[in-house]
Amino acid sequence: MPKREDIKKVLLIGSGPIIIGQAAEFDYSGSQACKALREEGYTVVLVNSNPATIMTDPEIADRTYIEPLTPEILERIIDIERPDTLLPTLGGQTGLNLATILAENGVLDKYKVELIGAKLEAIKKAEDRELFRNSMTRIGLEVPKSGIIKKVEEASDVANELGYPLVIRPSFTLGGTGGGIAHNIKELGKIVKQGLDMSLIKQVLIEEGLIGWKEYELEVMRDLADNVVIVCPVENMDPMGIHTGDSITVAPAQTLTDLEYQKLRDASIKIMREIGVETGGSNIQFAVNPRNGRIMAIEMNPRVSRSSALASKATGFPIAKIAAKLAIGYTLDEIPNDITKETPACFEPTIDYVVVKIPRFAFDKFPTGDNTLTTQMKSVGEVMAIGRTFEESLQKAIRSLEIGRAGLGSDSKDLDPSIKEIIHKLRANDHERIFYIRYAIKKGIMISKIAKLTNIDPWFIDKIKNIVHMEEEVKRYKLDTIPDHLLKEAKTLGFSDTQLAFLLKSREDEIRQKRKSKIISPVYKMVDTCAGEFEAKTPYYYSTYEEKNDGPPTEKKKIIILGSGPNRIGQGIEFDYCCVHSVLSLKDENYETVMVNSNPETVSTDYDTSDRLYFEPITYEDVLNIVENERPEGIVVQFGGQTPLNISKKLSHDVPILGTKPDAIDKAENRERFAKLLNDLGIPQPENGIAYNIEEAISVARKLGYPVLVRPSYVLGGRAMEIIYDDDTLKKYIAEAIEVSPKNPILIDKFIEDALEVEVDALCDGEDVVIGGIMEHIEEAGVHSGDSACALPPISLDSRVIDKVKNYTRKIALALGVVGLTNIQYAIKDNIVYVLEANPRASRTVPFVSKASGLPLAKIAAKLIVGRKLRELNIKEKLESKHIAVKEAVFPFTKLPGVDPILSPEMKSTGEVMGIDYNFGIAYYKAELAAGMRLPATGTAFLSVKDRDKAKSVDVAKGLTELGFSILATKGTAEYLRNFGIETKTLLKTTEGRPNIVDFIINKEVDLIINTPRGKGPRKDGYEIRRAAIEHNVPYITTIPAALAAVKAGKALRKGTITMKPIQEYHAER
Amino acid sequence: MKAALVLEDGTVVEGCGFGAEGLAQGELVFNTSMTGYVEALTDPSYAGQILMMTYPLIGNYGVCNEDYESDRIQTKGFVIKHLCRHPSNWRSQKNLDHFLKEFNIPGIEGVDTRMLTLKARVHGTMKATLAVFKSKDMPSKEELIENTKKQPHISEINLVDKVCVKKPKFVGTQGKHHVVIIDCGVKNSIIRQLTVRGVDLHVVPYDFPADKVMDYDPDAVFISNGPGDPARVTQTIQTIRSLVGEVPVAGICLGLQLTSLAMGAKTFKLKFGHRGTNQPVKDFDTGRVFISTQNHGFAVDDNSLKETGLEITQRNLNDGTVEGIQHKDLPLFAVQYHPEAGPGPHDTYFFFDRFMQMLE
Repeated sequence: MPKREDIKKVLLIGSGPIIIGQAAEFDYSGSQACKALREEGYTVVLVNSNPATIMTDPEIADRTYIEPLTPEILERIIDIERPDTLLPTLGGQTGLNLATILAENGVLDKYKVELIGAKLEAIKKAEDRELFRNSMTRIGLEVPKSGIIKKVEEASDVANELGYPLVIRPSFTLGGTGGGIAHNIKELGKIVKQGLDMSLIKQVLIEEGLIGWKEYELEVMRDLADNVVIVCPVENMDPMGIHTGDSITVAPAQTLTDLEYQKLRDASIKIMREIGVETGGSNIQFAVNPRNGRIMAIEMNPRVSRSSALASKATGFPIAKIAAKLAIGYTLDEIPNDITKETPACFEPTIDYVVVKIPRFAFDKFPTGDNTLTTQMKSVGEVMAIGRTFEESLQKAIRSLEIGRAGLGSDSKDLDPSIKEIIHKLRANDHERIFYIRYAIKKGIMISKIAKLTNIDPWFIDKIKNIVHMEEEVKRYKLDTIPDHLLKEAKTLGFSDTQLAFLLKSREDEIRQKRKSKIISPVYKMVDTCAGEFEAKTPYYYSTYEEKNDGPPTEKKKIIILGSGPNRIGQGIEFDYCCVHSVLSLKDENYETVMVNSNPETVSTDYDTSDRLYFEPITYEDVLNIVENERPEGIVVQFGGQTPLNISKKLSHDVPILGTKPDAIDKAENRERFAKLLNDLGIPQPENGIAYNIEEAISVARKLGYPVLVRPSYVLGGRAMEIIYDDDTLKKYIAEAIEVSPKNPILIDKFIEDALEVEVDALCDGEDVVIGGIMEHIEEAGVHSGDSACALPPISLDSRVIDKVKNYTRKIALALGVVGLTNIQYAIKDNIVYVLEANPRASRTVPFVSKASGLPLAKIAAKLIVGRKLRELNIKEKLESKHIAVKEAVFPFTKLPGVDPILSPEMKSTGEVMGIDYNFGIAYYKAELAAGMRLPATGTAFLSVKDRDKAKSVDVAKGLTELGFSILATKGTAEYLRNFGIETKTLLKTTEGRPNIVDFIINKEVDLIINTPRGKGPRKDGYEIRRAAIEHNVPYITTIPAALAAVKAGKALRKGTITMKPIQEYHAER
Repeated sequence: MKAALVLEDGTVVEGCGFGAEGLAQGELVFNTSMTGYVEALTDPSYAGQILMMTYPLIGNYGVCNEDYESDRIQTKGFVIKHLCRHPSNWRSQKNLDHFLKEFNIPGIEGVDTRMLTLKARVHGTMKATLAVFKSKDMPSKEELIENTKKQPHISEINLVDKVCVKKPKFVGTQGKHHVVIIDCGVKNSIIRQLTVRGVDLHVVPYDFPADKVMDYDPDAVFISNGPGDPARVTQTIQTIRSLVGEVPVAGICLGLQLTSLAMGAKTFKLKFGHRGTNQPVKDFDTGRVFISTQNHGFAVDDNSLKETGLEITQRNLNDGTVEGIQHKDLPLFAVQYHPEAGPGPHDTYFFFDRFMQMLE
């Protein structure tokens, strides 16, 4: 069928900020969809609150609203834009849920907007647990025994009938949010309550825990002619009970016979038809009993998902792009397969390699969080690796994780756990259990026993055993005695040179030399959707150790761009955004671009983005191999965050580093050299020192005077950064910090309390500097810049300070020798501007600044890197604007029970949103709303602040009173406020008896909580208030500046109106 | 054990041997299915060929006897990247190595199967020799290359008579219908698809004469799949020619090619064939596309169908080759793909429903 001519304008809803369970993959799918729809001549209206996305680039959609994703705002946009259709299946669960609400509350009918891709009925059938269960029964598929409830009290009846363990799955949530596994009535009550709170329709399903069953997923595509294809079967190595997002997964399925696989395939097609997803991709999950092959349907996502992004990258089949084309009427046979060009997309990809995905966790950031894996997703990112053996893919994936491991083991990082410890970790679904399987094998524990403890199929454990055997085999030799065939065999099992060096008691470079002398080098094979049956036109490669390269590299002038690896806290989608922009810009400059990355969620690993794509770990060895294969002009390291920087110094001996040189990076990151540089320039910085042991640290800290800010050198995202107030805490901290980073010293800065933090992104070509944006942080210095909200342009700085900031930025960029981007952070107190740090690379805020100002910083930087000049490009600073943009951070606290939601120098946020308007208060309100916090217009506010904040809390309380809030406070705060004539009611702390503040929160008698943590470390009282606020979804604020901003927002909302305007119009205004 | 795979262009690839010791000769063909190696190995259509899987990890789920498509391994040799010696599946009865030993078939692992696949894609299917021996017994490379070049082309070998039943055989349980299958190497899955629909079968050898077929008074005659060049199977072609018009006729794979030849069309050898479980077939009647299993090295020449009374009902979406034919006036239809699956998708089971309609 040809495309529909009766529609002109399509509305697409993005997935909002990056959160656990909903990450960069929806930027990948959304931008694919936008491009696909515009290619067909439709006008695309996009709404997404996340500025760090490619999809919100002004050239991706026709009209782009960076606005909060709420039904009211969507209705206003629909009213303005009058789209004829809404495509709900490409914006993750957020997009789907919003579309559902708009359909159910009549907005879509009112404005005559048609849902395409999936109709409301189909969405409900898939997402509503009861309807789904009934549908499965209707088509003769088994589902786990279960009960569906809408009240906590009903849970125990279901439990009595089914027995423990039980799995709790809320309806309409993502990443298993609010779900979990209960082993007893107490856990059941807790999880059910939380699940009901989080479910869009206040419904949860309690089902029998299929313990020991295997989990499979199929990615299914359907078109309007009812053609259905399966894109890829995926086998979860981790069994049922561990969320698929937290599981190690493998494509294709490994341990199913064709007979069994076809049963899953048949079932998937039946489900697709029964649920009635008309077009596009869906993900269907099954449980299979490994003892008898019994199959149960678990769930279906009637939309593209994280798994479909993975399946797209794993096979080369662009699910989102094709889903978009199907939604507007094409059938699968009318769409060409992009990879082969000559065959149609109506086929099932087949692959001739093994893909392994491993999730990346952030438990190091949340030591108090529970790090066992359950049905609620906890990972923050993932990596994918491709190889020709499972062992190879597994080890490549492990070294892609960037957790300091060079493979599964034998990389000098092994532990020596006791058998008891091993068994405990295996049984407890510990997130590091893949390493413990290796330890178990080394200790001689039988495969069958390991399989029983972990419920992991023996097939996988046997493969891990192959790795262990190879380690033992190699260990018998030395560098000069190891036979060539064994060296090659080890490489085919994915061993890195680092591991081989450890095993052969040699060095990485010696192994490399030896390999090359024996011609043991990787070859590069293509991901081509068809296992070689047709010629592939899209150069998408992976390495392996076999006979022959698929084809020689081109002779063109080319540049390698290193990506940022897995998303993690501190290094997220912002860096992928920068990489993609640098690729696009270098293409403009007529270079062939070669992208290297290991993260399947990203736009950078779309085969459409760069000219050539290598899906590889970003390690020295793997990158150098690509360099030797491609022979580029140079390599770009400044866009991928810390990942490429970490290997840039080593690589600089082998290949030119384009842009800022590694020495400049060292000059900025090495505290002593940086201090000297600032000193020479006459720029103040907080007094600081460096310490290599505890004694030195204490003497430095005493000399500087507490509080001090301490951190290990060379870290990203403020890992292990803390503000310390006394000797004892410092001692304790160092014991932990040194463990974090053994080779690096501890950096100690005098901490300037109550300073204003300002951040600058700037471009430099070695001669001139252009400042991209000056951001004023809302929270005071000391809160990690990635976690702080900020305003652009600054709202309270006077022009002298701004001039100083500009002047310092210019001086530092030139003195460092920056060519490209740099980010500098300042603390301002009493009109003195201190430099906190300078990073000569693209920063997290580059996309935000670019979206707010319209100046594409990363694109310009890429041009500077290849020798263009700012003057020649005629780049002008645009530091003033009529509008104000506010960035706010988004945190994973709801997903991580037991974690205290306070802000500190250590970054904890996973994503960001932007609010834009003509008034700071409204922009701030929008940013908060987009981040999930709906600031109340009026009502009851509760205040409990630490002593140092008491004075400032008066302004907050006054402001709130003016807005009509009644004020509640704990005793100390209440007395203080009354002294200033503010009417305040006293409320008990949790330690003082009942009813206390937590009771008020639970009873929904509080609308806003302002609670600043006291001193250092979470005190029990504040912690309980904050957790209660999170769990009961009451807006809470943990710093005074944020509370003041909230007051401003409230006042602004009283006076003004919320502007609704696409970003393209904001940019055109100047 | 040492192993070497030699191609007629002089390519020699070394690897590790498994299965039986010995020498296998035949053309090297690749199959792109990620599952179904047991079904493929036992599919009579692969007789005379050395089979290579493009998916690198083979043997993962072991071997289950129920999955056989005939009573033995039919390929002459097996080429894979990596052999799994410790399979994991509840139905597994033995591992792949033992399976090959049981039927005395040599296998090679540890070879760059993708390189070989790309070679076949560029140069076309080649004759090959697979040698699996202890080091001391391994023939020299020169000897192996020489032997490979000397071996006959697939079109010069009679393969059908080696895989079909030797004398007529009855399969059924007093069904509603009665059909004669002319066995050129029929797969168990075809028999199963017919019998579950209540069809009793007489399975007769490929060279069974038409009058004796008619003696069974069948409701229809079914021409099976099978190995090799269809043009060599002249007896069956003649039989079909006499049967068309007398009795409804249907066929699968080789069955389609033989039927076309019987009606005066021509067949040709594809460059490297279609072997896999992901081949898209478009049906012109419904406009629908189905994913099908295929295993064929020859195809029917489009243009030669003109004067035959046959029309094309389905085509392969990848290369446009003929996938389905029917006669304009007579009860006759056939498909090039394998609607019975085994291995592969079940999307085209409706072929058998259509066959049942023809019976009624």
